[in-house]
Amino acid sequence: MSVTPAKRLRGKDLVGIDPLHPGEIQLILDTADQMRSIAERPIKKVPALRGKTVVNLFFEASTRTRFSFEVAEKRLSADSLNFAASTSAVTKGETLIDTALNLEAMQPDFIVIRHQCPGAPHQLARILKSAVINAGDGAHEHPTQALLDALTIRSKRGTLEGLVVAIVGDLQHSRVVRSNVMLLSRMGAKVRVAAPPSLIPVGMETLGCEVHRRIEDAISGADVVMMLRIQLERQGRMNFPTPREFYDFYALTPERLKLAKKDALVMHPGPMNRGVEIDSRVADGPQSVILEQVTNGVAVRMAVLYLLAGGQGEPTAD
Amino acid sequence: MSRLLIKHARVVDPSQRLDEGLDILIADGKVARLGARLEDRDATLLDGTGLVATPGFIDVHAHLREPGFEHKETIATGSAAAVAGGFTAVCCMANTQPVNDSAAVTELIRSRATAANLARVHPIGAVSKGLAGEELAELGEMVRSGAVAFSDDGRPVRNAYLMRRALEYAQLFDVPIADHCEDRDLMAKGVMHEGAVSTRLGLEGIPSAAEDVMVARDVVLAELTGGRVHIAHLSTRGAMLAVQAAKAKGLQVTCEVTPHHLALTDEAVADREFDTATKVNPPLRSADHRDALIRGVMDGVVDCLATDHAPHHADEKAMEFDFAPFGMVGLETAIPVTYNLLVVKHKLPLRLFVQLWSCGPARLFKLPGGTLKPGSVADITLLDLDKTAVVNPERFKSMSRNTPFGGLRLKGWPAATIVGGRLVWQRERR
Repeated sequence: MSVTPAKRLRGKDLVGIDPLHPGEIQLILDTADQMRSIAERPIKKVPALRGKTVVNLFFEASTRTRFSFEVAEKRLSADSLNFAASTSAVTKGETLIDTALNLEAMQPDFIVIRHQCPGAPHQLARILKSAVINAGDGAHEHPTQALLDALTIRSKRGTLEGLVVAIVGDLQHSRVVRSNVMLLSRMGAKVRVAAPPSLIPVGMETLGCEVHRRIEDAISGADVVMMLRIQLERQGRMNFPTPREFYDFYALTPERLKLAKKDALVMHPGPMNRGVEIDSRVADGPQSVILEQVTNGVAVRMAVLYLLAGGQGEPTAD
Repeated sequence: MSRLLIKHARVVDPSQRLDEGLDILIADGKVARLGARLEDRDATLLDGTGLVATPGFIDVHAHLREPGFEHKETIATGSAAAVAGGFTAVCCMANTQPVNDSAAVTELIRSRATAANLARVHPIGAVSKGLAGEELAELGEMVRSGAVAFSDDGRPVRNAYLMRRALEYAQLFDVPIADHCEDRDLMAKGVMHEGAVSTRLGLEGIPSAAEDVMVARDVVLAELTGGRVHIAHLSTRGAMLAVQAAKAKGLQVTCEVTPHHLALTDEAVADREFDTATKVNPPLRSADHRDALIRGVMDGVVDCLATDHAPHHADEKAMEFDFAPFGMVGLETAIPVTYNLLVVKHKLPLRLFVQLWSCGPARLFKLPGGTLKPGSVADITLLDLDKTAVVNPERFKSMSRNTPFGGLRLKGWPAATIVGGRLVWQRERR
């Protein structure tokens, strides 16, 4: 089942993986491959989005994702505006919709939004003329993360089809796992997830994955092992006893990694809790592609911006 | 006094096992006679040709928001919405500001309703002072002022000791305690039904067990006390089974189901992409629960239907899904939504439909109406079962528009509403 890339993206926005067809996913990955070469040039910049304005609207703290979008925007010659709204802005009075409408009145072409509430990008996409890109909405989706993960796997293994990908950690609160399961299963990979039963959301299997309770069962023979961040700030929720016990039962240690294929890729969306869900010997080991994920993040975000702006084929230099 | 003669209507009155073409003569606010070819020279004529006349529909669960939240709804606009929806009477919940936990507030509601002069408005008093769930409110004083039942609706009566005492004490007045059954610890920060859809959308779920455990508790307390428990807006299969079992034991446990829990599932939240009009408590459940509710209606476990009309200002709903308030309006869509689903689709006999919206609620809450027997109050709903129309929230009499049913084409609408022998609303002919 090889997927033919679509000619263009159908929607004006990228609110999630869920609305994407496999052909659209393929198109974004193929375009991102081309974008990667731009970063290898001495002058890492093309004029594709010259004169376009991007608002990075971040309601939730983020370093990696915001920087990655900003680098992508700059490499495509777009003008970036950063709006770091604290969550308290909402309680102070201005609503999300008013904030977005005010920003749109300045006529940006794109709004990249990170928000703690699932669906916030969808609600904005309905009312805004700008293209809305979801940079993470609560525990719902993080489409560019899933795309960069797929790009990383594909560049190492040539394909996603038929690969066994294990995703382990806090499934309950993770947007990364939802977008990844949807993307990978649609592209023909076999996805297994694992978490303590108290961190497995109801009906997880309906997203397109096998659900396990023990990390060992999920990673045995896997081509890729992706660890998710344990959200220590949610410790008050009584979903598991302590980070120490989590390490005991679920951390990816060198011993456990031996259960996966010999050359299995080790991934993590960051930020990592070293010594909680992942052992440093693995995070920094030869199988880790964690920093390549970050590099690929820029290429994927360039591809998404470029395609949503209506671009086709390879962007040319001046 | 004024007389009204409804001619040529099909009269469906389960309280008299009646379903035939008859005329209805109304005098002095009461039903005077039912019969074929009645004549009365002094009476105003109302042509009922092609219409069904039933005992007035009664909604035992609405939030009219006054006093305190008049930007969402007032007793006047809520009454207007009620009669435009075919309801001759509504019971209004106590979660106002101030809370209806005293005779003074009960009387204020009654006097505003009298001034509005549309639907009958029956106040439901708070079980606990300030809805705080700690001390029993002065139930007797409120009954004396016109309260017909008690409920802390909007929240459960968390404290089992308080619930026990309320169920005991309310027997003095023979009124039910209507409970919003939901374990708040299990609900946690949930905003929709917990299931495959909440998992896909990344929204915090409210498990059906949150309702089941509290309904189970209330059934146990009904047995302990012999009191009357009414389960408000029942939404789960487990709760339905518990009510069914309680009834089989002969306990005084009754329940209501809302149109939206019957007509919609949690898929609506996904299909409408986080539209806050789909955010309601209890949440729209998954199809298996919804099917159990429909079975409960068809099998007669459900005592009545009720809207849980919960108006909110557009600004309040124009928020992130997590932050928007729970609730949807229902008075002006309830009848066509349930008629299409239950009678048209599931072939519920019309007399049972009338039972669920009129005789059932009247009996449960001991309200006037629920029958067209001569001598009873002339509260009558006229239905045009052939009328097809599209739900247009812009034309609602309610101040709020928070409905997920906008744009839906439905068949079977109220045509006119008569309260105390007075024609208070009639559908505009177009």
